[in-house]
Amino acid sequence: MTRISVKVDGVRYSDDVEPRTLLVHYLRETLGKVGTVVGCDTSNCGACTVHVDGRSVKSCNMLAVQADGREVTTIEGIATDGGLHPMQQAFHECHALQCGYCTPGMIMQAIDLVGENPDASEEEIREGMEGNLCRCTGYQNIVRAVQQAAGVMAGQAASSSQAGE
Amino acid sequence: MIPVAFDYVAPESVEDALAALAEAGDEGKVLAGGQSLLPVLRMRLNAPERVIDLSRIANLRGVCEDGDHIVVGAMTTHHEVAHDPLIRDHAAVLAEAASTVADPQIRHRGTLGGALAHADPAGDLGAPVLALDAELVVTGMGGERRVPATEFFTDLFETAVGDGELLTAIRIPKHTGWGGAYEKFVRVSHQWSIVGVAAVVKGSGGTVEQAKIGLTNMGSTPLRASAAEAALAGASGEAIAAAAAKAADGTTPPSDLNGASDYRAHLARVLTRRAVDRALGA
Ligand SMILES: Cc1cc2nc3c(=O)[nH]c(=O)nc-3n(C[C@H](O)[C@H](O)[C@H](O)COP(=O)(O)OP(=O)(O)OC[C@H]3O[C@@H](n4cnc5c(N)ncnc54)[C@H](O)[C@@H]3O)c2cc1C
Ligand code: FES
Ligand code: FES
Repeated sequence: MTRISVKVDGVRYSDDVEPRTLLVHYLRETLGKVGTVVGCDTSNCGACTVHVDGRSVKSCNMLAVQADGREVTTIEGIATDGGLHPMQQAFHECHALQCGYCTPGMIMQAIDLVGENPDASEEEIREGMEGNLCRCTGYQNIVRAVQQAAGVMAGQAASSSQAGE
Repeated sequence: MIPVAFDYVAPESVEDALAALAEAGDEGKVLAGGQSLLPVLRMRLNAPERVIDLSRIANLRGVCEDGDHIVVGAMTTHHEVAHDPLIRDHAAVLAEAASTVADPQIRHRGTLGGALAHADPAGDLGAPVLALDAELVVTGMGGERRVPATEFFTDLFETAVGDGELLTAIRIPKHTGWGGAYEKFVRVSHQWSIVGVAAVVKGSGGTVEQAKIGLTNMGSTPLRASAAEAALAGASGEAIAAAAAKAADGTTPPSDLNGASDYRAHLARVLTRRAVDRALGA
């Protein structure tokens, strides 16, 4: 067993884990954060996407011990008291899902994408989401949701930087 | 699936990592970004007793200048390679190739050193490193040695990195002012190259002065397209197309579900012409 200390969705946890434990299994089975799901065995589908130190990773392709000392954000940590994250809200409003299995990973990857490229074109959005597979929607509404959320997030960034001036 | 149980160490220096590797012997396995190794462990195609994680060794990560070379630490991620200003200025083809690897999530973790040490013939980073005449810095208990890229890749998934050694850095001669382009052919997004071509071209006004061409997935290792390179010197217009037609000369590309050998040879010719044209700014 190896002792790890990791901040997940704003809360610090210390746990003994077997080194072979995948981060996704630590999140789901030790911490009970079952919002992050497993959709494949090959690191292709992206359903397990979370952020580690602010950047998207596939949590099925990382060991829990590799997250020691780092900060992890899952789909369960992005809503605030004020309500859903703009990306969650946009997926809801644009109906960017059918079965919903890919949705947690789609939302986490989309937040990373918009953070890196706030003005992403449709093509850039499609490319930036290439590591996330959806077997239901045909992707059209997912792209629309990312575009809508990008607009809302840009507005929020502008108003918070004005407030800070 | 879940890997077979192993011990885990995360040393903070190259010296400690080499000592851990020596102690583990045949039972040790180095972990870089884990983007190739963890799938292998999860499928239980390999079951090392001890995993030695390099991610806590700070000086293996990042890019710096050393005279007329740039030096890329083995643990620099694909994402960092794709965006690094020094690499974009002096080795543009490598930045472009890194941006085509897998998907954003995998590029945030996978490393240049890990990809080169893994030496998958369909991997996208061997061809640009070969075309740029890079040297690979291999470090062992007895010190470091520099291996030219032409001698680094020895066979499918085999490299010059010996037992108890680590790939620590990639030294790239500055190709300032040269054009670079990586053409990768895939049928669906987020796939490994069926064929890829890395072109590094010096020239102006539509005429090639010198061109260096690396090929991905045209054999068991990355290859240089020597016949095309020779024919490209001094070429312009139609002569570039004629030179690119020699890109597959001397290769024996594999046949698999993604493409037959002669189809790969065709792709290499077409992609070489496109890559040279783009690198030349034509
Ligand atoms: C879904 C998916 C799609 C992918 N698509 C592509 C693609 O399109 N193109 C592409 O090029 N790659 C692709 N990859 C692979 C990706 O590039 C990996 O990041 C890379 O091959 C391995 O780098 P890593 O840092 O993750 O190494 P690891 O997985 O940690 O290690 C790989 C191997 O190299 C050894 N090793 C690592 N670092 C060193 C070192 N410094 N010294 C000595 N030995 C070392 C390890 O022991 C292991 O055997 C894909 C991977 C996945 C999962
Ligand atoms: S479960 Fe992680 S990529 Fe599919
Ligand atoms: S909504 Fe079903 S997989 Fe995407």
